[in-house]
Amino acid sequence: MAVAALEQEILSLRKRRQLYSLIGLLLVVAVLVSGYSKSNEMNSGGFLQGLSKFFDYPGEIVLEAWNAGPAFFGLIIQYVPAMLETLNIAGVATLIGGAMALVLAMASTRNVDSWGPLIPVVRRMMDIMRAFPELIVALFLIFVLGSSPVPAMIAVAFHTAGALGKLFSEVNENIDRKPIEGLSACGASWLQRIRYAVLPQVAPNYLSYFLLRLEINVRASAILGFVGAGGIGQELRRTIGWGQGAGDETAAIFVLLFLTIMLIDQVSSYLRGKLVGSGRAH
Amino acid sequence: MIHFESVTKDFGTRTAVDQVSFTIDKPHMVGIIGRSGAGKSTLLRMINRLTPATSGRIIFNGEDILSLKGAMMRRWQRDCAMVFQQFNLVPRLDVVTNVMLGRLNAQSTLKSMFNIFSADDVNTALAALDRLGIVQEATKRAEELSGGQQQRVAIARALMQDPHMVLADEPIASLDPMNAKIVMDALREIHERDNKVVICNLHTLDTARNYCDRVIGMRDGKVVFDGEPELLTTDVAREIYGADESFNEAATSTAIDTPDASVRKTDPAGAMTPAAAAVV
Repeated sequence: MAVAALEQEILSLRKRRQLYSLIGLLLVVAVLVSGYSKSNEMNSGGFLQGLSKFFDYPGEIVLEAWNAGPAFFGLIIQYVPAMLETLNIAGVATLIGGAMALVLAMASTRNVDSWGPLIPVVRRMMDIMRAFPELIVALFLIFVLGSSPVPAMIAVAFHTAGALGKLFSEVNENIDRKPIEGLSACGASWLQRIRYAVLPQVAPNYLSYFLLRLEINVRASAILGFVGAGGIGQELRRTIGWGQGAGDETAAIFVLLFLTIMLIDQVSSYLRGKLVGSGRAH
Repeated sequence: MIHFESVTKDFGTRTAVDQVSFTIDKPHMVGIIGRSGAGKSTLLRMINRLTPATSGRIIFNGEDILSLKGAMMRRWQRDCAMVFQQFNLVPRLDVVTNVMLGRLNAQSTLKSMFNIFSADDVNTALAALDRLGIVQEATKRAEELSGGQQQRVAIARALMQDPHMVLADEPIASLDPMNAKIVMDALREIHERDNKVVICNLHTLDTARNYCDRVIGMRDGKVVFDGEPELLTTDVAREIYGADESFNEAATSTAIDTPDASVRKTDPAGAMTPAAAAVV
């Protein structure tokens, strides 16, 4: 009797879930269709007509790069200093932002005995820091401080502190409290508990997130060049702005950017794999 | 030495420890027994200040240790070392560092942030590990050791604190009988050689009888038995555990030897682990 009733209940529950899934799917399709027709109406040309011209500009760039011949590689080397500047912005910003994130995370997690009243304050601070895209902060700072890599660096570091702080704090939520308790019982101070009971547990995950953020920040720093922060982005904006004639230079920058980002992605995912692997080894 | 005055702990509406009063005036090895949830752990954790007490006083050398705050409280925590059921070591740090962490309270925060320990600290830590017979594991990570070895590292850390007393919260509850014996022998040896108070929560009656000079029985937060282990008859045990006639402690005993092989009554050297005895 009871089993039969339970069976009925489970069956009706499953039916209801399936219905909800179907409704969800229909909603997504409806949003996609209406969004496409809306934007298609607003564009000056239609999407389908534009599609045929889509490859014209890339074709032009590739053609100019081909015509440049071996000099093309010279162009790539010519832009290496600009690329290094972008990497520099990303590196410094990730280091400073990461250090700030560490402090913010330790001040905002109940699991590591952060000071209670501070937790919601620091959490909202991180929300705000994360909410502003680097581009907005950089535009504002460039207006105040002038065109240079420094405002870009500050902007990326600011966003990084908020974004990494949130991730670090989530790592803190999941640690084992037993070592913390063990050190409390020895009379260790809060900083000492963080140093010896928390950091050894979180270090591999922190480093992994840090490298991931470095990848993201290299791309962000390249984009910031468009608003006058220097580096490879600024060069790209110049060559694209010139339109025809500078196609070979544009292509050289694209190739350099692509190679660099791919290299960093590969190295960092290799390192992250090793870090997480060593955490699981025992 | 240490005097408990109606120590009470409430968790919401439930009273975990209810008006507990007793005095330990000699450096005894005291065993606390009772059912799970009888308040044994809470009582021990209140002594070490890991759990705040609701009311009452614990007087040690004329000072109410429940009223200590900040640096004074941490200084007291160093003086009453705690050993846990789950060892509570830092798994990713090596064994010798884990032992040296017992000295954190004596170190300046700045120095400890950079992991600076003196050669003297290293020597003391190695001596403590040697005393417990696991000095050969000093450079391994704590997580690579077996449960029994980890508990001995935890005891070495407690020794490193140079405490007035050692509190052990079910130190052998997650160990096999062989390791349980090694750990209990080590605690007994600390009591006998260093003349320190050892207070030990235990789940097995035969362990309490064999190792302790005094047994305190708790039931529903109250002390219902306090006396020498000889007085701990089966009837008394039934009373402490609230069990009926079917209660037979031999059924769950973890002793390997016959029940009369009491460590306490044989000569003190017999209480040492072979390795510990070799050091003397």
